[in-house]
Amino acid sequence: MNALKIKKGSSRKSAYDLRDPNADIVETHTLAVIVDNEPGVLARVIGLFSGRGYNIDSLTVAEVDHTGHQSRITIVTGGTPAVIEQIKAQLGRIVPVHRVHDLTVEGQSVERELALMKVAGAGEKRVEALRLADIFRANAVDSTLESFVFEITGTPEKIDAFADLMRPLGLVEIARTGVAALSRGAT
Amino acid sequence: MTRQMTGAKMVVQALKDQGVDTVFGYPGGAVLPIYDEIFQQNDIRHVLVRHEQGAVHAAEGYARSTGKPGVVLVTSGPGATNAVTGLTDALLDSIPIVVLTGQVPTFMIGTDGFQEADTVGITRPCTKHNWLVKDTNKLADTIHQAFHVATTGRPGPTLIDIPKDVQFAQGDYTTPQKARTEHYAPTVKGDIDAITQLADMIEKAERPVFYTGGGVINSGTAASQLLREMVEATNFPITSTLMGLGAYPASGKNWLGMLGMHGLYEANMAMHDCDLMINIGARFDDRITGRIDAFSPGSKKAHIDIDPSSINKVIHVDLPIVGDVGHVLEDLLRIWKSRGRKTNTEGLKNWWKQIEAWREVKCLTYKNSTQTIKPQYAVERLEAMTRSMDRYVTTEVGQHQMWAAQFMGFDEPGRWMTSGGLGTMGYGLPASVGVQMAHPDSLVVNVAGEASWLMNMQEMGTAVQFRLPIKQFILNNERLGMVRQWQELLHGERYSHSWSEALPDFVKLAEAFGCKGRVVKDPADLDDAIREMIEYDGPFILDVLVEKHENCFPMIPSGEPHNKMLLGEATTDDAIGASGAVLV
Repeated sequence: MNALKIKKGSSRKSAYDLRDPNADIVETHTLAVIVDNEPGVLARVIGLFSGRGYNIDSLTVAEVDHTGHQSRITIVTGGTPAVIEQIKAQLGRIVPVHRVHDLTVEGQSVERELALMKVAGAGEKRVEALRLADIFRANAVDSTLESFVFEITGTPEKIDAFADLMRPLGLVEIARTGVAALSRGAT
Repeated sequence: MTRQMTGAKMVVQALKDQGVDTVFGYPGGAVLPIYDEIFQQNDIRHVLVRHEQGAVHAAEGYARSTGKPGVVLVTSGPGATNAVTGLTDALLDSIPIVVLTGQVPTFMIGTDGFQEADTVGITRPCTKHNWLVKDTNKLADTIHQAFHVATTGRPGPTLIDIPKDVQFAQGDYTTPQKARTEHYAPTVKGDIDAITQLADMIEKAERPVFYTGGGVINSGTAASQLLREMVEATNFPITSTLMGLGAYPASGKNWLGMLGMHGLYEANMAMHDCDLMINIGARFDDRITGRIDAFSPGSKKAHIDIDPSSINKVIHVDLPIVGDVGHVLEDLLRIWKSRGRKTNTEGLKNWWKQIEAWREVKCLTYKNSTQTIKPQYAVERLEAMTRSMDRYVTTEVGQHQMWAAQFMGFDEPGRWMTSGGLGTMGYGLPASVGVQMAHPDSLVVNVAGEASWLMNMQEMGTAVQFRLPIKQFILNNERLGMVRQWQELLHGERYSHSWSEALPDFVKLAEAFGCKGRVVKDPADLDDAIREMIEYDGPFILDVLVEKHENCFPMIPSGEPHNKMLLGEATTDDAIGASGAVLV
């Protein structure tokens, strides 16, 4: 800190060299946020992340209890342990938020994502794409003479790996749902 | 049995059922049905402000001086957007207010209608919670929820956006008892094991300090009483943030004065050197902590806060206790007493000896003058002449605010209203309007700087119309004093746009508004001028022409720890490093 000491009135250095190089390691956490399904609730959650400078790696949201008007928002986020704790506390402060589960620390959980990938090509590449899809247990849900749309479900890493393989084989477009996650076990 | 009525009538009925006696507002097209209902009743007084920002600050002043929620009623579009600064101010200072805004009819929402704004969208990040009500049957229920959310847990502003067709339509009225509030139930009781652990730490501490904040005041007068009892029984020193002044009396013998950037030397040194810091209802704001990695390096820190997100947000604490200050203090006192009321008396004796040595520094000393009025002297005289009175003080933001905090003493909570977190220039005058509405027979003084005061000076019209004898005590240095001070210390004395060349004549301004003003520039006339201000039966503007280049000390330069304070007249060269200069 004192290495930057300067005379009053002289020019300023950039603020960027003030970042603590010894900051804690960034962890990735999956949070499940149970909310009242009311207008604006997603905006509140997203606004919290953007307003306070937190990251969103992935986000899924859908109503899970129609009679109880409850939705489940699954957020994959990254930050130091202190930041993750702060994110959970800030989420808990939002009035329509009922519960915040940190699936990464609350025991084991399963995570799945679904992706649709359009792969266009002909000849050997087309055959190779189909063979790899079989290995990854991806289904062809649409096909023309020069393209497939594959549906694949798995962890984000599996989908990344499949996408990497499809890229040289003519990958045109990807749609991903983001992660849905549940804790393992009976409760 | 359900009662049918129009949405507009429902609003007034719900406010009555919530015990509201005063509403600050400004009419407009989208709230006319509600104003029509207000016209036809006498239970709720409506205070017509001159600008919607003024309405929100007035409601804040009302709320902070009464402990009850402040209520605001404004129209759609510009009415709502003008309220945004006040909402943000109330959010950062945890002030309970309920704002009702009009909205274009539901069928016009999204069409860019006249005076349409996405009010719930705009105010989402600056309210604790907000609602757009599209069904008259849900209106009363929503209003009751808004009061519940604003006043429970960590208080804050709530907003209800009411389209005009919802105000006209008939619907079923819901009573407060039937309203749905169960979904929002903050923790108020602290964890008993943690509280027991704190009692243990209190028994062993050699150099303890209570660091209290606005949470004590928000918790209610009982919390302030418990705090006093706690301090009395333990004989620990106590300091407070700007927001918490008055929770412990400034006349109390354990009082160290305010802490923080412009806090007292003894308070900041005690924070830096303590071995046990007990944070009660404060939030480790950056004005308090200074440099984070050098903040009170040798202490164990306990933190009592009703908001879990305040814990470990800025400073890592050793013992967090989530709960309402009043409840936690009650349990803490009971447990500590049942364990034999022990403290480390030998350690405390030495600690107090050290504190007395710091007090000897007399950090508030300033060089007085017989030629010009020193701003510190002006505040000292105001304090001396009003301390014994039934007095409420509001402030604007800047040097004068810090001098008021340093030189004025408050013996009760709710007597000191200032914009702490947001630092809103223009807060003080409308806040004094709100305070005087709640306390018509008390002395209400706004300690102001001329620049801040001009930001909401239109509210003098409100004061005159409602015969509110508010006293505007303006320390006029023709400068943006705090900005000027930073430019002197940090920007090579290049005073970029921090002075006023076209100030109004405040005496004539007072006359133009229909009240009284006086200008004073000779220190010998000051007492007489203050006396005239106090005794005048009506709003009064006292224009105190003060020394133009006075700096506010003590000061912890940005980016420095508590033990690196600058005292008055001290050299300020090299005081602020580059890392500090990027901070505000």
